[in-house]
Amino acid sequence: MELVAEKKARQNSKELITLTGSEAVLRALLAEKVETVFGYPGGAIMPIYDALYDYHDKIKHILVRHEQGAIHAAQGYARASGRTGVVFATSGPGATNLVTGLADAMIDSTPVVCITGQVFAHLLGTDAFQETDVVNITTPITKWNYQVTDATEIPSVLAKAFYIAGSGRPGPVLIDITKNAQIQKFEFAGYEKCQHIRSYRPNPIIRKEYIVQAAQIINEAKKPFVIFGQGVILGKAEKEFKKFIEKTGIPAAWTIMGMGAIPTDHPLAVGMLGMHGNYAPNVLTNECDVLIAVGMRFDDRVTGRLDKYAKQAKVIHLDIDPAEIDKNVKTTVPVWGDCKETLPLLTELVQEKSHPEWLQKFKEYKSQEEKECIHPELNPTEDTLTMGEVVKLINEFTDGNAIIVTDVGQHQMVACRYAKLNHSKSNITSGGLGTMGFALPAAIGAKFGAPQRNVIAVIGDGGFQMNIQELGTIMQSKVDIKILILNNKFLGMVRQWQQLFLDKRYSFVDIESPDFVQVAKAYGIDGAAVTQRKDLKNAVATMLEHKGSYLLEIMVGKENNVFPMVPQGCSVSEIRLK
Amino acid sequence: MMKREFTITVYTENQIGLLNRIAILFSRRKINIESLNTSPTEVESVHRFTIVINETEEVVSKLCRQIEKQVEVLKAYYNTEEEIVWQELALYKVSTDAIAEKVKVERLLRQFGARAVAIRKDYTVFETTGHREETDKLIKELEPYGLIEFVRSARVAILKGSHDFHERLKEFEQKEPGEDVIENEYLDKKEEVFTL
Repeated sequence: MELVAEKKARQNSKELITLTGSEAVLRALLAEKVETVFGYPGGAIMPIYDALYDYHDKIKHILVRHEQGAIHAAQGYARASGRTGVVFATSGPGATNLVTGLADAMIDSTPVVCITGQVFAHLLGTDAFQETDVVNITTPITKWNYQVTDATEIPSVLAKAFYIAGSGRPGPVLIDITKNAQIQKFEFAGYEKCQHIRSYRPNPIIRKEYIVQAAQIINEAKKPFVIFGQGVILGKAEKEFKKFIEKTGIPAAWTIMGMGAIPTDHPLAVGMLGMHGNYAPNVLTNECDVLIAVGMRFDDRVTGRLDKYAKQAKVIHLDIDPAEIDKNVKTTVPVWGDCKETLPLLTELVQEKSHPEWLQKFKEYKSQEEKECIHPELNPTEDTLTMGEVVKLINEFTDGNAIIVTDVGQHQMVACRYAKLNHSKSNITSGGLGTMGFALPAAIGAKFGAPQRNVIAVIGDGGFQMNIQELGTIMQSKVDIKILILNNKFLGMVRQWQQLFLDKRYSFVDIESPDFVQVAKAYGIDGAAVTQRKDLKNAVATMLEHKGSYLLEIMVGKENNVFPMVPQGCSVSEIRLK
Repeated sequence: MMKREFTITVYTENQIGLLNRIAILFSRRKINIESLNTSPTEVESVHRFTIVINETEEVVSKLCRQIEKQVEVLKAYYNTEEEIVWQELALYKVSTDAIAEKVKVERLLRQFGARAVAIRKDYTVFETTGHREETDKLIKELEPYGLIEFVRSARVAILKGSHDFHERLKEFEQKEPGEDVIENEYLDKKEEVFTL
């Protein structure tokens, strides 16, 4: 370990250059290999934007239409690229507009660094124009945040910000920089990436004895079941995970956030868990003898009623965040650590096996679900269109190679139930927070994060109107994304609950929308609307072949429901097919 | 599981805003903090929080993990009363006249281990240190004579079994001294701040 004194001496020997705080911010971004920033200028961040003017050939800045759009775009960027998304926003309302996105990134463990301008340091606490206490507002929804009042802090604080956001269990970091620090000149000794903070342990030490215990339990299991979450993707452990399930022959189901970590048509893939997940993985959670949870956090939407969740099973939980172990479900063996490291250790100790009878059980439940839910959804006989048949068409045309970005609600559940995904980082959705309005900006960000891939945003008529202003961002940045609106003229998920549990008292779920195609046209985005099945296939093909962004609005059945469903307060094995 | 009193000891960096970061972990769960103390430790740059709450052990253990998860937290322990040595300090202000006339001051001082820390013509301030029950008792005793003001400090607690951690902490600080706190230097220095 290098001593601080040595480090300082080394820095002193370096050539010093005089920079403003703002220039130091941009140097930091370059050193962190940031290529794209999503942002919106304003009074308190003007010096940084002024410095950006000289760096615009090195750092692409995407001007959004609302700061919420900026942070969701940065999240989409991070999720599609596996890198840290970066946001610029000004003080006051600029910063508070980031709040929803920060909360979303926090709960979905998305690495984002937000840099907000702040009023001059001497004005802090005086209710100055556009002053808000952003550090305290964002404390519960950031992995770390910090206010810089002196430019000399900028290099080390930004280095820490990127390190914290991207390491361990990733998350959002917010750095608030007062205007005086942005314009202050100081002696810049170079930027050093942060690789260690003494109070911060991003990767818990792997305990060998737990790996051994876990392997033993897995080897003795008759009906083992793997459930996995985004940890596999965040840990870049897709290969290690695939090896593990293939060697052990254990069926694996994903949480919504884990979807795509292995191809959705992998022979051992048995579908999605949770409230609107597949029948087999939900029911059989309560029949397995060993439940191996990898990089997931037992969200209530996954577990249903906790006191009736997998009580018969021994639970092995692999997670990088020690606070997740035993948080919701008591584990038999906790396997702390980065699954990129723990999975290979476990794979080495487990026996090569197959579980044909156990897998057959999954198939039986699946065929039941196929008959009751899947087939009617994907091959409807009535006149109205279903969301499922649209997703099926997308699968046919993209063959599972597109990035599917979804908003929140019925369309999200249908898209995640039926989308075929061949690659990791292909499912971008607001899982934990359930943020309507997420998809449009996130899709923009995803395209910047993975420009070589096709990005399709599947959005409901409600959510689309929550960040509809980002059509302006598409127009100006000329990003190429496909927007697929599944319009049922309702806030469908709430309507479904009102229908099923509240005697059809449809309280304020009937939502009117503008002519979305005309709105898109006004932004210079081509589009079309489809109301009939005969036009559907061609319309989807036209959208996907179109050069540049395109909006396709599809009118679907008004009162279609998403099934299966685990009603709230019920056990996962009480999942209803209708 | 039954709710009972736990004392949480948190070793942290000395950083602005950390108090809020820790406090909101409790308020988010609607847990009342009975007492909270921040203090330096035997190791320079490491600070400690001593927090008292009434909760079940399961809740407290999960809370400690959430506390430890914070970037600037080094370690969080939770302990029952048997595992710590603890004290609280209390101050009592009473009218000197009332005391002189009606209460046998000497008996009070002796019985409660109290000390008079200020004696003025119009009032006297007593101080006791001890456990909650002890400091509470003296309130009861003084109330009939017109207790003017009472205040009790947060709990401070020493872990009985902290030797190993102390050694590790010292070593840790030696290897990598903590960073200084950077405060806002500009609050009363308007003229030194450049404007555009």
